Amino acid sequence: MSILLVVLEHDRGDLPVGSLEALTVGRDLAASMDASLEAVVVGDADLTAVAGEYGATAVHQVTNEMLADYGPDAWGEAVAQLVRSVAPAAVMAVGTDRGNEVMAQVAARLDLPFVANCLSVEAGDTWSMTRVQWGGSLLEDSTLTADTKLVSFAHHAIEAAPGGAASPTVKTFEADLDHSYTATMITDRVVLASGVTLSTAPVVVSGGRGVGSEDAFAPLEELAELLGGRVGCSRAVTNNGWRPHSDQVGQTGTRIAPEIYIACGISGAIQHWVGAMASKNILAINTDSDANMVTKAGYAVIADLHEVVPAISAEIRRRRGQ
Amino acid sequence: MSDVPTPTVPETATCVVIGAGIVGNCVVGHLARLGWKDLVLVEKGPLPNPGGSTGHASNFIFPVDHNKEMALLGEQSADQYRDLGLSVDSGGIEVARTQERMDELDRRMTSAKAWGIEAHMLTPAEVKELVPFINEDVILGGFYCPTVSVVDSLETGTTMRREAIEKADLKVFANTEVLDIVTDDTPRPNGRRKAKAVVTDKGTIEAEHIVIACGVWSNRIAYMADTYIPLVPTVHQMADVGPMDILAETNNEIGYPIVRDMDTFCYERQSAGSMEVGSYGHRAILHHPDTIPSNAEAALSPTEFPFTPEDFDDQMETAIELMDMLGDAEIKYAINGLLSITPDGMPCLGEIPDVENLWSAAAVWVKEGPGMGQVVAEWMHYGYPRVIDAHGADVARFYDEEKSDEHIWARADESFIKTYGIVHPSEQWAGRRHLVESPYRSRQEELGAAFYQARVWERPQWYDTNADLVERYLLSEREVEWDNRWWSPITVGEHLNLRENCGMIDLSAFQIYEIEGPGAVEFADYLAVNKIDVPVGRSVYTPWLNHEGGFHSDLTMMRVGEETVRIVTGVFDGGRDEFWVRKHMPNDGSVTFRNITMEISTLGLWGPNAATVLGKLTDHDLSQEGSPYGSYLDATVAGVPVKLFRISYVGDAGWEIYLPWDKATIVWDAIVEAGADHGLRVTGGGVYSLSGRIEKGYRLMGAELESEYNPVEAGLARPKVKSAEFIGKEAYLAAREAGAEVRCVSLTVEDNTDSQGRKRWMFGGNEPILDMDGNRIVDSHGRASRVTTAGYGPSVGKVICMGYVPNELAEPGTDLQIMYMNELYPVKVVGSGATFDPDDSRMKS
Amino acid sequence: MRVLVCVKRVPAPGAKINVTGDGLAVDTTHLGFTTSPHEECALEEAVQIIEREGGEVVVLTLGPAEAEEQLRYAASVGGTGFVLIPNGGADWDPQRTASAIADAIRALEADGGEFDLIMFGNESADAGGFQVGVRVAHKLGRPIVNGIKGIEVTPEGFTAHRAIDTGVEVYKLPKPAVMGVKEGINLPRYPTMKGRLASRKAEIATMELNAPAGGQAMLKLHRPPEQPSTTEILGTGPEAAAAIVDLLDELGVL
Repeated sequence: MSILLVVLEHDRGDLPVGSLEALTVGRDLAASMDASLEAVVVGDADLTAVAGEYGATAVHQVTNEMLADYGPDAWGEAVAQLVRSVAPAAVMAVGTDRGNEVMAQVAARLDLPFVANCLSVEAGDTWSMTRVQWGGSLLEDSTLTADTKLVSFAHHAIEAAPGGAASPTVKTFEADLDHSYTATMITDRVVLASGVTLSTAPVVVSGGRGVGSEDAFAPLEELAELLGGRVGCSRAVTNNGWRPHSDQVGQTGTRIAPEIYIACGISGAIQHWVGAMASKNILAINTDSDANMVTKAGYAVIADLHEVVPAISAEIRRRRGQ
Repeated sequence: MSDVPTPTVPETATCVVIGAGIVGNCVVGHLARLGWKDLVLVEKGPLPNPGGSTGHASNFIFPVDHNKEMALLGEQSADQYRDLGLSVDSGGIEVARTQERMDELDRRMTSAKAWGIEAHMLTPAEVKELVPFINEDVILGGFYCPTVSVVDSLETGTTMRREAIEKADLKVFANTEVLDIVTDDTPRPNGRRKAKAVVTDKGTIEAEHIVIACGVWSNRIAYMADTYIPLVPTVHQMADVGPMDILAETNNEIGYPIVRDMDTFCYERQSAGSMEVGSYGHRAILHHPDTIPSNAEAALSPTEFPFTPEDFDDQMETAIELMDMLGDAEIKYAINGLLSITPDGMPCLGEIPDVENLWSAAAVWVKEGPGMGQVVAEWMHYGYPRVIDAHGADVARFYDEEKSDEHIWARADESFIKTYGIVHPSEQWAGRRHLVESPYRSRQEELGAAFYQARVWERPQWYDTNADLVERYLLSEREVEWDNRWWSPITVGEHLNLRENCGMIDLSAFQIYEIEGPGAVEFADYLAVNKIDVPVGRSVYTPWLNHEGGFHSDLTMMRVGEETVRIVTGVFDGGRDEFWVRKHMPNDGSVTFRNITMEISTLGLWGPNAATVLGKLTDHDLSQEGSPYGSYLDATVAGVPVKLFRISYVGDAGWEIYLPWDKATIVWDAIVEAGADHGLRVTGGGVYSLSGRIEKGYRLMGAELESEYNPVEAGLARPKVKSAEFIGKEAYLAAREAGAEVRCVSLTVEDNTDSQGRKRWMFGGNEPILDMDGNRIVDSHGRASRVTTAGYGPSVGKVICMGYVPNELAEPGTDLQIMYMNELYPVKVVGSGATFDPDDSRMKS
Repeated sequence: MRVLVCVKRVPAPGAKINVTGDGLAVDTTHLGFTTSPHEECALEEAVQIIEREGGEVVVLTLGPAEAEEQLRYAASVGGTGFVLIPNGGADWDPQRTASAIADAIRALEADGGEFDLIMFGNESADAGGFQVGVRVAHKLGRPIVNGIKGIEVTPEGFTAHRAIDTGVEVYKLPKPAVMGVKEGINLPRYPTMKGRLASRKAEIATMELNAPAGGQAMLKLHRPPEQPSTTEILGTGPEAAAAIVDLLDELGVL
């Protein structure tokens, strides 16, 4: 029986949901290949139980003192050695930054092709797959020809679900790593300093021409502060001298990607949209329901921002019991 | 919580306006002001910025333009922006790097005076005072206009739209795409189909009127109705560079005057802390409307194409030369922005000739948007725009040859660089010539014809083989190159020869129609001020008025049969006049219309020897009795059946000879041969349309005759008014009752020496007529006295001007002044009639 | 400091990307081209480094002849040397691309000395293969870390910051090193007019290189099924505040 290896991304034992997605996808893929689903855990972390819940029949515990923390070279070399040893039909991981990085490292070392961010795979001698291009704006149909197939699956493409419960056999694999691999080990972790920037703020409360004046930004400032966010603005606002250019979101200002972008009185000119489009959620507050920002936003309030914004702040304070 | 409902469009509307850029918004706003209800505005893109040209416009208005329609509608638009509080007077300076441009700026000063716009010439140091970051060493001077304004076109559109929502319950459908325009399947007897409905992706709206205000997409939408709005989307490059402290410190959208660096085809316009550098100096970059991406497909917006820096490099270099600080500023945003260019540089306004109730409001830039929105709304409401005579922008002006993509693209390609160019009033196009082949072309070429194009027709202006006349009449070239450009002293020689001997002029560009049928004469009378129900063989020169009593046309109508009337009009008015006939003709079958322009060629033969020459070729009695003035004879000339129409537009006796197109050269050759011993010269149109005409004070449509003036003022009112009904009759009667406040007069330039001692030769028009203190003369309707035609009268020996002046200044001998190239020249009123041979004795001989 | 930045020419599309009729490429009929954003940031970072430390920034691209445009752009924002590896306009797979680039780097280093730092974008904006930089680093036997959003030059080499969900990982890399850089590390400057004009004179070296195709082959591109965009209206007045705060709570930003 052939083997499908799923490399479980983890950070010192913390398993992100992406790894569970990889196991979930891997379970079906292994079945279609008539292969056994086997997990790879780099380092000493004990992830056997959860791997079993998701159907892994074996766990390859790849160990070496240098694998105590993450390092792309070390992880890549260790997994590559395992692959040489186990000779699986395929190796996969979740298509996160770290998952893709490890897979690329493995691929480089084995001089094998690697297909990142697949959405679906049809196994066979040659694999056929659909993968993500352009961040999901386009899909690519590809084929993969290799003795060992290396792929990653796009993060969030499916929901992780336990299944095929098994009691995995734990197989320890001692990787052979010399000290050169320490060059890319994590040496430290830093917690983000307080005082978020426009480009990193989780919440951006932005005002457009509809705000009306420099002073009228005060309620927006208040809301941003309550949410630990920052105030941004459109080009019209900087043009009017109400805010400095450093606050401008857009093509000619800052491009942002907050958890939520609250666009107040912003029509949504393309130049502005380009700067804001990477936001994970957009709430538009505008009197004009035809405004570009409203039609593009996931959420909208069709009303005067001067009434709505203070009401939000008041509601937040009320819930916080302030 | 609910999703945004998908709106459905109403099933019917009085008017559907397609496009919510500055133009569409202003059309609905003005329709609402005129009391229209039940309006619908459909827009493919989102609001307030749907992604058309309005969204990336540089939004400034330089009000001075040599063209009257563009200048007055620009001013009108600037005032509308001001009234809405969405405009700032930034001032603007056109700077000159060459002496030729300095002369052009003097011409701008003259136009500013004509339209009553404040303007000053500045020295380089004075420019520097206003624009401290300019390099004054590379300029010779500047033309400063303090009322140059920067406007908010998007907000203006929104405001006008809201006004229409409030006043007229306008329904707005953004993100709604027009898929089709439904019209009659087959044309009605007048040759027109009626527009019936607009099909959108949210339903179909039956509408009485449909307006296409789709900017660069307009031709594509017109195509849905199987018709054309001839324009092409053309790139104008713009780069936003900054920030720069000196600009940011103004704390203002604009704190310094806009600079137009005319000789490099660039402008520098402050936008808060940045400078927008725009260019009209690059190669013409044209796009087909079908290749414009959607909002979703476009990286920026549909009309902001990817910037092509290699086209902008030269402009960058010259911009840095003018303002060094620009060199170190970052190019933050740069686009190949699309705007609309038409084959002749003028907008496309009015009802589309072949589709009834389908209107064009296209090829309009932000600077003239509100005014042109008003023009179209008034046109729909009153049947004619009250705000201004818009004949130059009338979409009906185009001939079929001008509507092809090939023509539009070629003209845009040639004209783009003229946007900031110095365009001589007589300048000719290089490409797309001889679109209509004259039967005489090879003969004319042999004679060295200097062809001037009149829309799609070619008219020889003079013939180089007549150069000997220059010697004979001791003529010379003009002293100043500008006066000499697109001109030759040969035209003066041809004029003098015609007055001494005779000349033959090709008039084949005449547009000739026939209306026929039991209702033809009655209908003809309905169109014309003067009586057309005259005996067969008579011809009538007559104005056509619009419903408000202003001029729509002036032309000749001939009773060529009991039930047939022939209409002969000028080439520049053919499209509009044919449309006017079709629009008003009865659809009950009592009248049929035929355009016979391509069946009939016309030759003019005038001069003291004309009768002698023609007499050698025909047996007919050519005496004043046998061929009376204003009548035609069916005759045979050189064996060819022709109509000999005794008339004269040049002031000497003779005929217009109407002959079959396919026999045209027989007659041409015969006349040339017969005239050889009588001093006959094949003569250019310069004598016909300018020097002969102006000596006689004959009015010309589009110059002296415009919808803003009536026949009483033009001096074309006859003693009696016919009893038959005609368009504009009521207004005409009222105008006769009221009497004229101004009169059309001829004036002679008494001394044409400029301040440098050079003789100047005015031509073109629109030079202001001023009182002896140099003040503009404006009547109670706001109409300023200006030169409508100017040109040298060789037989008078003076430059003659025409124009309207108030009654009290219309007396012969009154001393006035005109401004030409920013200098004043004394003129004297001749009167309402002819300067040369005022008794018409030569035409009677 | 001698820095190499590898950049890719990509179309600059709108929200909706069209594919050519044969499905093999993005329809660029009305699109402009740009430098893939992560790489634009890598270039900016490299320029900032040599502005502080002195040195040179060589910019390398593998792409069609038109990729000269991106090299000139790089020249306009501070690049000092420029190399084009023409690929005839056909997209090369990651293995083939990496082999050619590694060969080019060996040649460039033989000629002008070792690069202290080689920078890639974390992934290209179009294909998003997440691997060329890693493959090149491995071929050169140099350490590489991806996802870099901060670089400091140290006496020993570099301190690199990598942003992850929980904070920032710190790496200390020796010279020579390779990094995959992510957008957000800086705000790339725009070219000045003078920079643009000077860039026209930049000398571009062309290196004809090739490598065998790898095991991944693209068959066709297509657009995902369209998601009708719906906007959820939370209200039409200040009373919407409660629904908004519910939403903020749900998103975990309260």
